[in-house]
Amino acid sequence: MRPANIMHLGVKELRSMLRDPILVAFMVYALTAAIYAGASFMSGTLNRAALAIVNEDHSPLSLRIEEAFHAPYFLPPRLISASQIDRRLDTGADTFVLDIPPNFQRDVLAGRRPEVQLNVDATNISQALAGSNDIQAIVHQEVQAFAARHQSTARPPVDLALRVRFNPTLDQSWFGAVMELINNVNLLAVVLPGAALIRERERGTLEHLLAMPVTSFEIMTAKLWSMGVVVLVGCALSLAFVVQGLLRVPSQGSVILFLVGAGMFLFAATSMGMALGTVAHTMPQFGLLLMLVIIPLEILSGGVTPRESMPAFVRDLMMVAPTTHFVLLAQAILYRGAGISIVWPQFVALTVIGAALFSFALMRFRRALAATT
Amino acid sequence: MAGPVQGPVAAVNCADKVWLSAPYGSAVARLRGVGLRYGRVVALAAINLDMPEGRLIGLIGPDGVGKSSLLSLIAGARCLQAGTIEVLGGSMADPAHQRKTAPRIAFMPQGLGRNLYAALSVFENVDFFGRLFGQTRSERTRRIEALLEGTGLAAFAHRRAGTLSGGMKQKLGLCCALIHDPDLLILDEPTTGIDPLSRRQFWVLLASIRAARPDMSVLVSTAYMEEAAQFDFLVAMNSGKILASGTMDALLGQTRTASLEAAFITLLGKNRVDGHPFSGIPARATKADEVAIEARDLSKQFGDFVAVDHVSFRIQRGEIFGFLGSNGCGKTTTMKMLTGLMPASGGEAFLFGHKVSASDLNMRRRVGYMSQGFSLYTELTVRQNLALHARLFGAPRNVVAARVEEMARRFDLANVMDILPDTLPLGRRQRLSLAVALIHHPELLILDEPTSGVDPIARDDFWGILVELARRDGVTIFISTHFMNEAERCDRISFMHAGRVLVADAPASLIADRGVATLEEAFISYLKDTVVTQEEHGQTMPLSTAPKWPTSTSVRTKTPEPRQSFLRPSRVFSYTHREALELWRDPVRAALALAGSVILLLVLGYGMSFDVEHLSFAVLDQDQSIASQSYALNIAGSRYFVERAPITTPAQADRRMRSGRLALAIEIPPGFGRDIARGRNVEISALVDGAMPARAETVIGYLQALHAEWLTRHAARGRVPVSGGARIETRFRYNPGVKSIVAMVPADIPLLLMLIPAVLAALSVVREKELGSIVNFYVTPVTRLEFLLGKQVPYIVLAMANFLLLTLVAVVAFGVPLKGSFLALATASLLYVTDTTAFGLLMSTFTRSQIAALFGTAIITILPAVEFSGMINPVTSLTGVGALIGRIYPTAYYLTITRGVFAKGLGFTDLWIFFLPLLLAGPLLLGLSVLLLKKQAS
Repeated sequence: MRPANIMHLGVKELRSMLRDPILVAFMVYALTAAIYAGASFMSGTLNRAALAIVNEDHSPLSLRIEEAFHAPYFLPPRLISASQIDRRLDTGADTFVLDIPPNFQRDVLAGRRPEVQLNVDATNISQALAGSNDIQAIVHQEVQAFAARHQSTARPPVDLALRVRFNPTLDQSWFGAVMELINNVNLLAVVLPGAALIRERERGTLEHLLAMPVTSFEIMTAKLWSMGVVVLVGCALSLAFVVQGLLRVPSQGSVILFLVGAGMFLFAATSMGMALGTVAHTMPQFGLLLMLVIIPLEILSGGVTPRESMPAFVRDLMMVAPTTHFVLLAQAILYRGAGISIVWPQFVALTVIGAALFSFALMRFRRALAATT
Repeated sequence: MAGPVQGPVAAVNCADKVWLSAPYGSAVARLRGVGLRYGRVVALAAINLDMPEGRLIGLIGPDGVGKSSLLSLIAGARCLQAGTIEVLGGSMADPAHQRKTAPRIAFMPQGLGRNLYAALSVFENVDFFGRLFGQTRSERTRRIEALLEGTGLAAFAHRRAGTLSGGMKQKLGLCCALIHDPDLLILDEPTTGIDPLSRRQFWVLLASIRAARPDMSVLVSTAYMEEAAQFDFLVAMNSGKILASGTMDALLGQTRTASLEAAFITLLGKNRVDGHPFSGIPARATKADEVAIEARDLSKQFGDFVAVDHVSFRIQRGEIFGFLGSNGCGKTTTMKMLTGLMPASGGEAFLFGHKVSASDLNMRRRVGYMSQGFSLYTELTVRQNLALHARLFGAPRNVVAARVEEMARRFDLANVMDILPDTLPLGRRQRLSLAVALIHHPELLILDEPTSGVDPIARDDFWGILVELARRDGVTIFISTHFMNEAERCDRISFMHAGRVLVADAPASLIADRGVATLEEAFISYLKDTVVTQEEHGQTMPLSTAPKWPTSTSVRTKTPEPRQSFLRPSRVFSYTHREALELWRDPVRAALALAGSVILLLVLGYGMSFDVEHLSFAVLDQDQSIASQSYALNIAGSRYFVERAPITTPAQADRRMRSGRLALAIEIPPGFGRDIARGRNVEISALVDGAMPARAETVIGYLQALHAEWLTRHAARGRVPVSGGARIETRFRYNPGVKSIVAMVPADIPLLLMLIPAVLAALSVVREKELGSIVNFYVTPVTRLEFLLGKQVPYIVLAMANFLLLTLVAVVAFGVPLKGSFLALATASLLYVTDTTAFGLLMSTFTRSQIAALFGTAIITILPAVEFSGMINPVTSLTGVGALIGRIYPTAYYLTITRGVFAKGLGFTDLWIFFLPLLLAGPLLLGLSVLLLKKQAS
């Protein structure tokens, strides 16, 4: 192995990439506009929830409840009649319908504990869960406060002082920005080496390389480092200018530590892309294979839904995927300000996974070379 | 050369007027002031030309002078930039005329089988073109039979086009071009890269076709001067201009030369005849008996197919050794085994006495290899290509620049050093390739068809260099070629056929041995000896039967003039049928599409869950009273939270939360129990990890509910005073268990039916652009709408199969009940996949490479489908651009329908309003694609 060959071949890859303007344009889009869109237009779980109220009481208390729901969590509640409930839930016009019965205020004040009915469209699962808890709490609070004025009862003596660490306002864009960045970095890291390999094979230049005194190890390593560096630089620029600059997402921990982690992740992810490139024979096959790999990686790595809520076998299986560890370390460093003393297990895992994927890709690559020429 | 140039120079300079001298009546094509440029490069400069009707017209000239550009303009495959072109009595700039004349023109582009479909059989390829021209089944069958019979392809009707040899591909291309009886047949370098025998057959075939159809005009470009000598009318071109045109005799008279080759060189003027003109080969001085290459019983098998069959030969050091043989006879395979690129199935190969091994890097340093088709890096400049190779061969840093300069000087590349190789003419590119192969001063050169498609002058220059290398530097050269005059220059030549070396000797001895006049005749004579056995194996075209052409009128029935129409079902169907066949032939793609979506649904269904449970929490209990413990127990007892080891210090709480191991930390102050009992205000602090806002919101919601519950329970025991308040009865509709699977599986189907059909549809068009078969769309009467619809239909069918499969998996594997109308769901799905495939077609109109189409479609579809269509959060939650995307993106409407039918038990009557956007989007997207798709190359 000659390090100089790896260097020269890698520079060649970089030059090739710069000559494909449409690809460069898509890469820039993926690391700028896509992240901005993903972060800033994305909604929180309980953001502008559609709520309708059937007010059969028309008392000061029921009016007070109507007014308690406001932005950004709820859209202004629509007042509807009881007969409209089913239709509106059916068409998804409302996710929640709160039905306040007649004589509600009178019954509250009389201590009869009247029943308010909350209908939830449970097909909007994430909002259904968070929203129904929230609505219950708001109704309780309003009823208590109203009753307190009329019954001179003391306010509840046990307060719950809630504090949210790391993201006090629960700003969804903080989360969305970094996760979108990770997803697109992941996509690029897998697409670029695989596609470069297929292209080189289609044009016959791969065979040409093999007639020279370079080894398959050098050819593969050159592709990995060049693609890895491009994506890493893109990731760093995007983090600095889009995530921290444009979207004003603060980072709690060391950006350098995060980038070191990203570099280790890229080692594993580009190896994976390389391996996929050796499995697929044509670009359409590579495309389908890519979907099959990328979507589970993005969705099951903990970047979209919390890992806690996945079935145990999925959670365990995903510990083999480099993306999971990247998401874990990114969240720990960027959101929670964790240092190396906390995230070292992820670094170890990425090293092991990276080495395994690299060896596998090299084996596949050598075999593919023997088969194609 | 000053003498003879004198007269003709005048003719060259007023080439504008040459067309006036055309001695024929009507013209099949009239060109006036035709110009074409690619960026800053001028390909054609104000061409004026009349091409006579009913003749065989040849376009001759070096590579890269604009021959192909001119032909594709005449065929209507390329967009006219300047000037006018009249073909068959109308302007090609007029779309109406172009549509009308398209059925009368046939165009066969450059490159072996570039407009053929490799996955389709010989019959199916011709059949596809027949359908495009609206022929009935019986008519097609009759015509195809006659064509295949006439070209000798009948025995191979069911062979895939991709497995044919180059010569057979060109014949098949000709069949495809002739299926609709064109009045103008345009062939762009039809014989380049074809072995001598197939080339000869090709011209005999064309002659018999012309005999049967004397009215047909044929326009051919070629780099073979001996072929051009047979043509009725010649057009000589150089650097985007016409040097002269007329009959061969007229050109010879004009230039006062005896041969066409000489005439052409004269026409070019002095400036072209530079470099190393070829002037014979000096005899080999030393007869050192050192063997450079030795093959002993070398064999290679691919499955059942024997590519190389026990080949043995020896090549001396400093010798020029040639390989001549038909396409696909095993030349390339043999060369690859000698370089170590391909392991041999049997036998041994030696280079300089060492056994060839793939892992011997030192041996590679002694060998220079130039593969077929010059594999240069087209994205690197000439200088970068040279420098990269010098470095890879381990040239020291200070030597690299000197080597690059040396090669630039020797190969006359100095003025193109910073240009990309693709923009160079083929001859220049070939010299660069040789420079690249020589940059490390190898002792042995292996050249695989290095002169294919290169014009005669550039070839002579090239041979000048080869001779110098062999004779002066003692480099051993092993070269394969299709040109007889090149074969004659070799010290020894071997004839190869069907994997075997027939004979190897000096050219003169071979001619003498067979008692014939030329090397070509000797080659054919040797070939005939062995071919009899080969025919039985069905590996090559029969030699004994000369191509015949039916002179009867059986093929000559005129295709009925097609009605002017933008949408003819037969043409749509021809593309649909072909696309479906290709899909059928690539089972990996179809299987991946179907199985892939099922696997993805399983992954998404099981993995993507919003049932937030098992949240880790821990308590810092500074009170340790019964009250404080009951508070903690209340939380731990719910199904949402799992209690971890108690927190000992606030610092520890911080650390555990930073590592992500705690979602919630509760701190209960000292004296908690005592203060409650006394009715004093107490405060419990809860610390929530906000890193994942969605999870944090869920935690807060659960905690508030549990807190209220604990208060109520405590009040019931009389410890805490509390008002009566109200009860809230929450009814989770449609999904009473609040199960993620019931909610998410119907939402995953729209995502999958967006992504996969869109990507496949986009690739189906871009693939044709990249592989070159898009030219069939440019030059046939297919309209843009027909082309796109034809491509779309198979993918709609595939996506509907996908839909049925996904629904089955949802109901059977996930147990998600399908409560509503299946018919409504299926109808909505049909509309939706029409939209998504149309979206893919739209993406294909502005992407040129498959990789860009793939990456672009993926990145543009995933985000809106996942985030802005209500899959995770309802569309009502979105604001700004997100909300806008959510409203115009069809996924949002389809999602409402899938959830409505699956979970809410609805049907047409409840959901009809959501069908309207789906119904509109398809035609809208398709219409936009039609507008953006170009019917000509730009």
